[in-house]
Amino acid sequence: MQKPNFVRRTLLKAIVSAMALGSASVAMAEVNMAGKTVDWVIPFSEGGGSDKWARFYAPLLSEQLPGKPNVVVKNMPGAGSTKGANWFASRAKNDGLTILGTSGSTQFPYLLGDKRVKFDYADWNVVLASATGGVAYLPADLAAKWKQDPKSIMDTNFVFGSQGATRLDLIPLLAWTMLGLKVDPVFGIKGRGDGRLMFERGEANIDYQTSGAFLSKVMPLVKEGKAVPIMTWGALDANGEIVRDPTFPDIPTFKEVYTQVKGEAPSGEAWDAWKAFFVAGFPAQKMVFLPKGTDQEIIDTYSNAFKAVTSQPDFPEKAKKRLGVYEQATGAKADAFKKLGTEVAPNTKAWIKKWLKDRYGVNL
Amino acid sequence: MDIFGTALPALLEAFALIFTFEQIGWLIVGVLLGLSVGVFPGLGGIAGLSLVLPFIYGMEPVSGLAMMVGLVAVIPTSDTFASVLMGIPGSSASQATVLDGFPLAKKGQAARALAAAFTSSLFGGLFGAVVLTFFVIIARPIVLAFGLPELLMLTLLGFSMVGVLAGSSLLKGIIATCVGVLVGTIGEAPAQGSSRLDFGNWYLMDGFQLVIIGLGIFAIPEIISLLRQDRAISKDAKLGAGWIDGMKDWWRNRWLSIRCSTIGVIVGVIPGLGGSVVDWIAYGHTMQTAKDKSQFGKGDIRGVVGPESSNNAKEGGGLVPTLLFGIPGSGSMAVFIGGMILLGYDAGPQMVTNDLPITYTVVWSLALANVFGAGLCLFMSGGIARLTTIRFPLLVPFLFMMITFAAFQSRQTLWDLVALVGIGLLGIFMRRFDWPRPAFLIGFVLASQAEVYTYQAYQIAGSKFRQASEVGFDYIFSPIVITLAVITVVSVWLGARQSKAIRPPETTFKWNKKPAVWFALFITCFLLASFIDALMVDVMIDKVFPATIAGIALFAMALLLIKMNRADATSGIFYDVEVGGEEADAPHGLWKMLSWFLGLLVLTALFGFAIAITLFFIGFLRLQAGASWMRTAILTVCGVGFLIFVAYMLNRDFPPGLLQELVELPWPLRGI
Repeated sequence: MQKPNFVRRTLLKAIVSAMALGSASVAMAEVNMAGKTVDWVIPFSEGGGSDKWARFYAPLLSEQLPGKPNVVVKNMPGAGSTKGANWFASRAKNDGLTILGTSGSTQFPYLLGDKRVKFDYADWNVVLASATGGVAYLPADLAAKWKQDPKSIMDTNFVFGSQGATRLDLIPLLAWTMLGLKVDPVFGIKGRGDGRLMFERGEANIDYQTSGAFLSKVMPLVKEGKAVPIMTWGALDANGEIVRDPTFPDIPTFKEVYTQVKGEAPSGEAWDAWKAFFVAGFPAQKMVFLPKGTDQEIIDTYSNAFKAVTSQPDFPEKAKKRLGVYEQATGAKADAFKKLGTEVAPNTKAWIKKWLKDRYGVNL
Repeated sequence: MDIFGTALPALLEAFALIFTFEQIGWLIVGVLLGLSVGVFPGLGGIAGLSLVLPFIYGMEPVSGLAMMVGLVAVIPTSDTFASVLMGIPGSSASQATVLDGFPLAKKGQAARALAAAFTSSLFGGLFGAVVLTFFVIIARPIVLAFGLPELLMLTLLGFSMVGVLAGSSLLKGIIATCVGVLVGTIGEAPAQGSSRLDFGNWYLMDGFQLVIIGLGIFAIPEIISLLRQDRAISKDAKLGAGWIDGMKDWWRNRWLSIRCSTIGVIVGVIPGLGGSVVDWIAYGHTMQTAKDKSQFGKGDIRGVVGPESSNNAKEGGGLVPTLLFGIPGSGSMAVFIGGMILLGYDAGPQMVTNDLPITYTVVWSLALANVFGAGLCLFMSGGIARLTTIRFPLLVPFLFMMITFAAFQSRQTLWDLVALVGIGLLGIFMRRFDWPRPAFLIGFVLASQAEVYTYQAYQIAGSKFRQASEVGFDYIFSPIVITLAVITVVSVWLGARQSKAIRPPETTFKWNKKPAVWFALFITCFLLASFIDALMVDVMIDKVFPATIAGIALFAMALLLIKMNRADATSGIFYDVEVGGEEADAPHGLWKMLSWFLGLLVLTALFGFAIAITLFFIGFLRLQAGASWMRTAILTVCGVGFLIFVAYMLNRDFPPGLLQELVELPWPLRGI
C-alpha cells in the first residue's frame, strides 16, 4: 500500500521541481520540505469534527507545500483539548514541521480563563481559519406557532440536550435566554448527535446543530416535517457585521429574530458577550497555527499553500460536502478572524463568567 | 408488509456489488489488516482504521467500504487470541472471554477454546447480518423508542449481572462494583464538568480509560501469577483437546449461541449503551441458564461460546445507530463514519431510503469478513495455541511489551504505565483475596452512563410532569421500561439463588485473617476518600451520584467488616491465594516479580520506552529466564523490531523519558 503512494509522490516531486524551476516564485523555493513529515496535531480524538476537518485538508495541503512533504494528522486528545494545545505551546519546534489545529472547544477554555490552559493564542501564527455556522430548530407544532408569533411560545418549557454550558452550547443558551425563551438544558450528552437523538425521541424540544450535521442529519427530518429551522447564528461579513449564513440564506439570523421579538436591535453587555463568543465558536471555529517564533518565510509558505488549496477550481465543490459553504480564510483575513476569535475585552469576559455562575452554577 | 419488496432488490444489488473479484480482494486486505491489528491488545479498530484512512480518499466507494468493514469486523475475532492464550483482554469486546478461555488454556485446551470461540464468532457475525438485513428497514422507530428511562433500565440490567458474577460473596461483589463505579467517576463529571477525585492531577482529570483498567485488573495479575509459578501457561506443557472438539462444543451449545447472538444484536442496536457490557450480559446469561455452574471461571467452554457469539453479533447491531443516526457506538465506528464521508456517503436516515444497497453492502461485507476472519483464525488456532506450551518466562518480555504498548495508546504518556501498575496492584490483591474482578469492571464500564442517564431521565421526567402528570407517567413507565424491570428483577433473583449454588464448599482450612482484613480496610479508605471528595463538589448534580454510590459501598463494607470480625478463621471470607491457592508454593515472591515491571517503568522514565523495552528484554531473558546470549539476542531483535515496525505502520510514537528531554534523538528513540 505504501508503494504506489511512494511512486506517485516521487513522480509528483519530479513534476513539481520542474515547475518550480520555471516559475517566478524563486523566493518560495528556499523552503523545501521534500522527504519531510509534517505532524498536524489535533487535540481531539479520531472521528470528531476537528479530526475530519484536518483529514480533509491534510492530503490537499501536502500537495501544495514545496517538496510535497507527508502531512500526518496526530491526535492528541485530553483535558478538553487543552492538553494537545499545551503540548504544542511548550514542546513544538518552530521549524514548520509541526502545526496545530484548534477549534472553538480550544478557544472557549482559553477565553474563559480555564486553569488548565497554559498556552497563549497571541504567541501563535495563524495560517488558516475555517468558518462554520449553526442552525436552531423546533418540532413542527411549536414551529408553526413560532411562525405566527414567536412570543406565543415564550412560556413553553423547552428542554435542550447540552454538552455543557461552557462549551459551544454557550451560544444557543445565551441566545435563547436573551430572547426570553425558557430553556432547561439537560447536561451530560457526549456529542451534538446525542442531542439530536433526544430531539427525535421527543425528549428535547429545541436543538441546534452545526451546519454540516444540520445538512446531513436534520434536513431529512425537515423534509419529513418533523423539524423546522427557526434561526441561524449568522456569519461575519468583511466589516465584522453579522449577516445571513451563506449556506442557509433563507433562514433569519438570531440578530434578526431578536430585533423582531424585542422591537429593537440587540445591544448591551449580553449582546457584546454573545457576539464575542459567537465569533470564537463559529466564524473562527477552526484554525491552523504555527508555533511561536516561526520564520516569516515558513509562515508565508503555509499561508500560500492553504491559499492555493482553497483557490483550486474544484475546491468549492469538494469542500461543500465536507465543510459547508463557508469562508476558508488565509493570510491577513485569517489574522483578522484570529483576532476576533481569541481577543475578548476583560469586562465582557467577566460578564460571561458571572452569567455562567448565576445561571448554571459553573465556577470557573 | 413490503419489507421484502424494498429489501430484496436492494439486497440483490448489494450482492452484485460485493461479489466481484476486486471487492472481495479489498475485503480480504481489510480482514488481514484487522487481524494483525486485533492481535495487539488495546489498539483495536481506531488504530487500524486510522492506518487505512489516508488511502481511502479517492478509492472506489464499494472497495473502500469493503476494506474498512473487513478491518472493523474481524477485530473482535482476532483479539480472542490474547484473551484465551494470555489472559489479556484484547479489547473491550472480549473481556468476559478471559474468565473461562484462559483457564482452559491453562488446562492445555487452548486450541479447543479458540476453535469454539471462532466458531461462535463466525456464527454470531452471520446471525447479526441476517437479522440486520430485515431489521434495518424498520429499525428507526424501534431505536427511537429507547429513550432515557429505557436506557437507564438497560444499564440497571447490566448491573444486575453482578449478582451472578459476584462469586463467593455477594457483599464483596457489591463493594467491588461500587469501587468500579467510583473509579469510573474519577475526572471531569459528565454533567457540569466538576473535577472529582483527581487531586488536581491532569492525568486523572480525564479519568481512566478502559484499556488500562482491563489490562490492570485481568492481565497483570495473571501474568505475575504465572511468572511466579515459573511454568508454561498450559499446566503440563501439553496441548490436549484440539480444534475439532471446539467446533463440536459450539454445536452442542448452538442454542446458547443463538440466544447470546440475539443479545448481542439488541445491545448493539441501541445507541448509547456501548459495546463493552454486551459480553458481560451474555456471560451472565450463560451462567444463569446453565444447570451445572461449578466449572464457570475454571474453564467451562460455555463461558467462551456465550460472550464470543454476542460480541461479533454486536458489531452488526452497532451498524444501526452508526449508519441510520450517525451516532457512533464506539471509537472505531466514529472513524468509520469519517471514512464513509471520505467515500462520499454520510451516515443518516437516507442510508435506508436512498442508499439501501450501500447499507446492505456494509452489512454483508461484515458477514463475509466474519467468514474469512474466523476461518483464518480457526486455521491458525492449532499452531498459535502451541504458545501455551512454551516456558512462560520466555514469553514474558513479549507480554510486557504488548500490554505496556497497549496501555500507552490510552494517553501516550509515562503516566499510562504508572496507572497500569497502580490498577494492576489493585487487580493482584483483588485476585489474591477473592474479590470479584468482573464486578469491578462492570461497575467501571457502566459508571458514566448510569450517572448521566439517571440525571437526564430525572430532569426530563420533571419537565414532562410539569406538563401533565399523565405525560410524566407515560414517559417513565413505558412498556419497554416495565419489561426491562421485570427481566432485571428476575435476573437479580436468579443471581441471588445461584450465588449460593456456586459457593465453594466450606473448608476446614485455617486462613490467616489479617491480610484479608487489611485489604478490606484499604478499600474502606478509598471509599471514605471518594465520599468526602464527592461532598466537597460544589455543583449539586455532579455530587449526588458518587456520594450515593460511596455511601452504599461504605454501608456494605461495614457489614462485611462486622462479618469478618465475627467469622471463624475457616470462613471462605478470608480466602487468600497466597496461603491456600495455587500461589501457596510458588517458587518466586510477588514483589520480586513485580519489581521487573517497576524496573521497566523506571527505565522508561529515564530513557524513553524504545530503549527501556530493549534493556528489559535483554535483562529479563538473561537474568530471569536464563536464556543464552544467542537466544536473548534473537528474541530481543524479533520483539523490539516487530514493535517498531507496528508503531511505524500505525504512526505511533513511544513515550519519552528524561534522556529525550536532554538530547535530540531520531525516531523511534525520540518521544512525542
